[in-house]
This record gives sequence, structure tokens and C-alpha cells, in this order.
Amino acid sequence: MKIEFSSPLSNVENIIDSLKNKEGSLLPILHAIQKEVGYIAPKAIERIATKLKQTPAEIHGVISFYHQFRTTPPGKYQIKICRAEACQARGSRALEAHAKDFLAIDYHQMTSDKKFSLDSVYCLGNCATGPNIRINDELYGRISNQRFDQILSNVDSDLK
Amino acid sequence: MTTKIFIPRESTAISLGAHQVAQAFTHYLSQHDLDIKVIRNGSRGLFWLEPMVEIETAQGRMAYGPVAPADVASIMEDISQNILHEKPQCHALALGLTENIAYLKKQTRLTFARAGITDPVSLDDYLALDGFKGLQKSIALSTQEIVTAVVDSGLRGRGGAAFPTGIKWQTVRDATADKKYIVCNADEGDSGTFADKLVMECDPFMLIEGMIIAGLAVGADQGYIYLRSEYPIADAILQQAIEVAGVAGYLGNDVCGSGKSFNLEVRLGAEAYICGEETALLESLEGKRGMVRFKPPLPALEGLFGKPTIVNNVLSLAAIPFIMSEGSHAYQQYGTNRSRGTLPFQLAGNVKQGGLIELPFGSSLKDLIDDFSGGTASNRPIKAIQVGGPLGAYLPSHKLDILLDYEAFSKASAVLGHGGIVVFDDSVDMLEQARFSMEFCVVESCGKCTPCRIGSTRGVEVIDRIKNDERRAENMILLNDLCDTMIDGSLCAMGGMTPIPVRSAFTDFPQDFFLTTQENHHD
Ligand SMILES: Cc1cc2nc3c(=O)[nH]c(=O)nc-3n(C[C@H](O)[C@H](O)[C@H](O)COP(=O)(O)O)c2cc1C
Ligand code: SF4
Ligand code: FES
Repeated sequence: MKIEFSSPLSNVENIIDSLKNKEGSLLPILHAIQKEVGYIAPKAIERIATKLKQTPAEIHGVISFYHQFRTTPPGKYQIKICRAEACQARGSRALEAHAKDFLAIDYHQMTSDKKFSLDSVYCLGNCATGPNIRINDELYGRISNQRFDQILSNVDSDLK
Repeated sequence: MTTKIFIPRESTAISLGAHQVAQAFTHYLSQHDLDIKVIRNGSRGLFWLEPMVEIETAQGRMAYGPVAPADVASIMEDISQNILHEKPQCHALALGLTENIAYLKKQTRLTFARAGITDPVSLDDYLALDGFKGLQKSIALSTQEIVTAVVDSGLRGRGGAAFPTGIKWQTVRDATADKKYIVCNADEGDSGTFADKLVMECDPFMLIEGMIIAGLAVGADQGYIYLRSEYPIADAILQQAIEVAGVAGYLGNDVCGSGKSFNLEVRLGAEAYICGEETALLESLEGKRGMVRFKPPLPALEGLFGKPTIVNNVLSLAAIPFIMSEGSHAYQQYGTNRSRGTLPFQLAGNVKQGGLIELPFGSSLKDLIDDFSGGTASNRPIKAIQVGGPLGAYLPSHKLDILLDYEAFSKASAVLGHGGIVVFDDSVDMLEQARFSMEFCVVESCGKCTPCRIGSTRGVEVIDRIKNDERRAENMILLNDLCDTMIDGSLCAMGGMTPIPVRSAFTDFPQDFFLTTQENHHD
């Protein structure tokens, strides 16, 4: 059977082909796909399995081990709040509550307009100037509730 | 001559607006006819002053901080009216000569000697400040001579376990194999730590140099830096530095004309604390779930893809260029007892002046806090300090005279680990902190052993019952027994050390567990 691949899936093919000859290529492949597509879809898992001569279950097992990899689409802006101790010491527990309240979602959820998804992370290495959040690849320090709201309202212009 | 203004491209500075500040300077300079150019340097690690901007003068660099884009015009006026005419700084954010800032002056910077001074990806800057001197000396030595120098330096692994680095290198050197690897553990998962990140973002060539020397010492031609994906800026800077080092002939098939080859690649983790454990890290590098391996075999003999492998922390490898260039004794002369050299401590959490503090081992925790912290950020009294990451003990304020040395911490059932120091004020609830330690273990356990995987879940439940006053006394006994089970039945320190912060919480802060001091005698 001939399958017509939609464009993301043919990108996936290219990614796998360009990386599969590296030693221990699976994590680099998963990172590259997630960076390109935003998540690792079941179809992509099948393609990886075939090309690496592993079973889809094995690939799935690896994906599910790591907190970062996801099999469903994220929000346009992926917010990650640091939950670890040094941020707790600077008020992150209150920030977590505020963020959930402000976005009206819990961790591992997405707003209904698909604009924001919310996740936790354990330490962003910014521990002297917490509480800290990351939105996509950007790091923000000293996040008061107010600064959180402000960053979110400017996110469209700041994160292009 | 063109005057240079330095604005960090390090991640903490960026998280506080360094890019916007740099843009504001560039914009100002485009509107004014001044012979000044902006350099993006690393950070000195004085984080409460970031973004810290420095300007080059005949006496040395003068600093301003923390700078916001709105301050740029007035700083530029101060620079053009005063500094450029060799008059003293006159500005609300003026900090004087950077080198004279007490926080820096009181340190012994061996590993962080260049941090914040250089442009991190400028090879010329690196070479001008002793860069690659250690490598040049190592190339002239036999492999055994390099290993012996590392043994003699007294360096112990900075990733947490404090295993003597030279002995590990000797094992890998003596192994016969067709392939060997150097793996740098840059997973830096401990809350309260950022020294690895600072090395990679501020002085990446030093890490590269340390890894090349390790390769020469043991006969390995491939290196991997396993970097946590939470550090995208470190990733970008490392990639640039590796590229530059390759073009200049420090990496590749003929390292500095030595005939030896060494290649280096960065590999990203994917948010899994356990992948900092060295065998889980190797599994992850092989493209698998990060499950901890049984030891033996040691990674030194059967490591990555079953080949002899050095796994070392960033700071361990970063100490090597100094040791090889200045000699084992120059490093070994610092420190105390069996903890030799310096440790880059990381002061974090509820303090006014958080940052990187490199000191010889042996001063007291209390002195470090008194000399550097500036008090708590909240102006409330200190209640607890967690040292050594999420598996480290919470020390109460009356136990702070403990000496910063590996053995002194072990003796006190505490952990020096990677040198993270996290300060909490009196608003912290230690029962909640103990609960968090158990919860963290639930989230991050690799799942191989029952006491760690299931025990931590039970731990959260038991602590919740204590909190809700359900058969409190019985549940305290249960919690203590659970800690024993986790210690005795866990394969690695994730399950085996989670009881350390938990026990320290109920032992030293019994009031938060609703215990009177008499009730609390479970040792
Ligand atoms: C749960 C756990 C997490 C660890 N995380 C790290 C880490 O993030 N970075 C690190 O260098 N070592 C970490 N280690 C220690 C490593 O297993 C290993 O001892 C170290 O990489 C060896 O390098 P060194 O001798 O230079 O310290 C961790 C250990 C455990 C048990
Ligand atoms: S103690 Fe926990 S993390 Fe360590 S091997 Fe066992 S289950 Fe895995
Ligand atoms: S604890 Fe939050 S950034 Fe380190």
C-alpha cells in the first residue's frame, strides 16, 4: 500500500534519515521531531520504529520515560513553572497556584484556545533569582504574580 | 582606541533582561558618535546585580547593576562625561571596579578565573588568559603522567559522590579496548545548583580542554556532553565553542598536531532527574529509557556501549586544565583534610545576594552565609538551609557552623554534593518540604526497585496522614520505618538518599510535624 505522507510526516522521515546513523540516535531523533512538529505523533513512532528496526512499543517506552517528550500537541506557548526547592524558597508555590488560576487549567493541560499549555519542571538552573518560568525556549526570572500576567499578555509580541 | 562595554549573554542575566539592555545600548550607540562597542561576555555570577554591565577603563572594568533598559541613557551619560575622562563613576547603579566588589574579592577563583571576563566563544580571549596551556603541557606527557597528575591533585568528583577522579581515570587508562569514551555529566539536576551551567555558558573552552585532556590520558577518541535540555543557552554556546575549537584544530583527527584524535558532541537529556545518575545517563545516551544499571560492572570498565568510559561531572573536568597547567600542587594546596582544591558553591533560594562562590573547602557554612548572602531576601530569619540538592539534608539554623568538607557533611548525615546551598526563611513548613522530597522521588524514580518506586508513594500518603492528624504517632513510626526500607532496599541514591531530607525535616524541625521534642527520638 502506498501512503501519501502529509508534509510534517515527510519532515519526520527526513529527520530520521539524517540522524539514524549516529550512535544512540533515538533521543536526538525524538528531540528533532518534537522541535519540528511540537510532539511525537503515533504515525511518527511507527516510522521511527521501522527505520531503527525496533518495535513501536520500544519507542513508546522510551518516549514515556522522559517528562519532556509528548505524544499530543502542546499549546502555542508552553509554559513551564519551576517547582523545585530553591524556587519554593522564593515563593513558587504561590506562583503555581496563581498561574493555574489565571489560566484556569491544571498542570499537563492546555487552554481551550490552544494558546497556552502548562507544565512543571524541576529546576531551570536559575535558582538565585526565582521563582522562574520557561516559555518555549525563553527563561524568565523573579516572577511575581504581576510579572507573570504581564509576560503572558505581551507574549505574542515578545516571542515571535 | 575602541572602548568595550560588556553585557552578559549568560542565562540568568538574560532571564532578567540582558538582551533588552544590550539592545538599548546598541540603539544608543547608533544614535551617538562614540567609539564604543558592545561585547557579550559571560557572567561573574553575582546574580542579584544582573544584568551587570561593565566598561573597560585604564584601571580595570567598572560595573553598573542591576541595569534596566531605562537606565541606559543615564549610564551612557556617566560613561561619556566621567569614565571616558578618567573621572570617578557617578550613578545610582555604579558599583566601582568589578574586581573590588567584596563578593568577588573574597573568593578563590581557580575554575571560574575567566568567567565573566571573556567572550565565551572567543578563542583569542581564552588563549590570552592561559587557555589550552594545560592541553599543551599534557600533549608533551605520557598518559600515565597525566593520570598521576590528576591523582596527585586530590581532585574528587564534583557531581555528588566525591569519588577520586584520578583513580577513575587510572582504571579507564589501564583497560584494554578498541574504543573508549569520555562522557561529561552536564545533567545538573539538583535544585540550587548552576555552576555547571555557568562553566558551559561563560567558559566552554575550559570544559572542552578538560575533556580533550581526559581523552589523551586514557586513549579515548570520542566525547559526549550529556546536557540537560533545560539549558538551551548552554547548548547554543557549547555548539559554537565546539565549532570554533574544531576549526582551530583542537578537536578532530589530529589534536594540535599530536596525531591523536578527539571528537566531541553535545547530547540533550529530556527532563529526567535520574539521568544524572551515571549509569542511567549511559542508558539514555544509548537511546534507551534512563534505567539505572546494576554495578558492577563499573562504567570505567563497561560503560557507554559496553566500552571503558570516564563519566565525570562538568566541574571535575573543568578543574583539569588548571591542574595540568599550574601543577597538582597548585590545586592540592587549597582545601582541608581529604577535600582538596576549591568548590564552586552556589548560593540560592531566599537570599539577597545569590550567586557563584568559589572557595577552598574548609570554611564553615555559617561564615559563607554571613559573608555572602546579605541576609534573606524576605528580611525574615533563616529557618533551614538545604545543602547538596534534593537528596541533601535540611540544616536548622543552630547547625550552621558545620565545615564545608565532604567528610564533615557525611558525619552529620548531610550531603555536600554538588555544592548547592538553598536558604529558607521561617515561613517554610518543613512537613511540606518532606512531602515534596517524597513526591519528587515518585516523579523521578526510574522504577527499578520497589522501595523507591512504591515506598515514595507510601511516603507521601503517610506524611499526608500526619498532616491531617490521623493516628499521628503511629504514622511517624511508619515514616521512619519507610525511610529505613528505602535506604536498605534501593539500588541507587535516588531511593537511598530521599530519606535524608525527610529525616532531617522531622528530626530537626519536630514542631512542624506536631511533635514535642520528647516524642521525637527515633534514632
Ligand atoms: C539520582 C542521582 C542524580 C545524579 N545527578 C547528577 C548530576 O546531575 N550531575 C552529576 O554530575 N552527577 C550526578 N550524579 C552522580 C553521578 O552518578 C556520578 O557520580 C558522577 O557523574 C560522576 O562524576 P564525578 O566523579 O566527576 O562526580 C547523580 C547521582 C544520582 C544517584
Ligand atoms: S533507587 Fe529508585 S531511581 Fe535508583 S535504581 Fe532504584 S528505582 Fe531506580
Ligand atoms: S530551583 Fe527553580 S530554577 Fe533551580
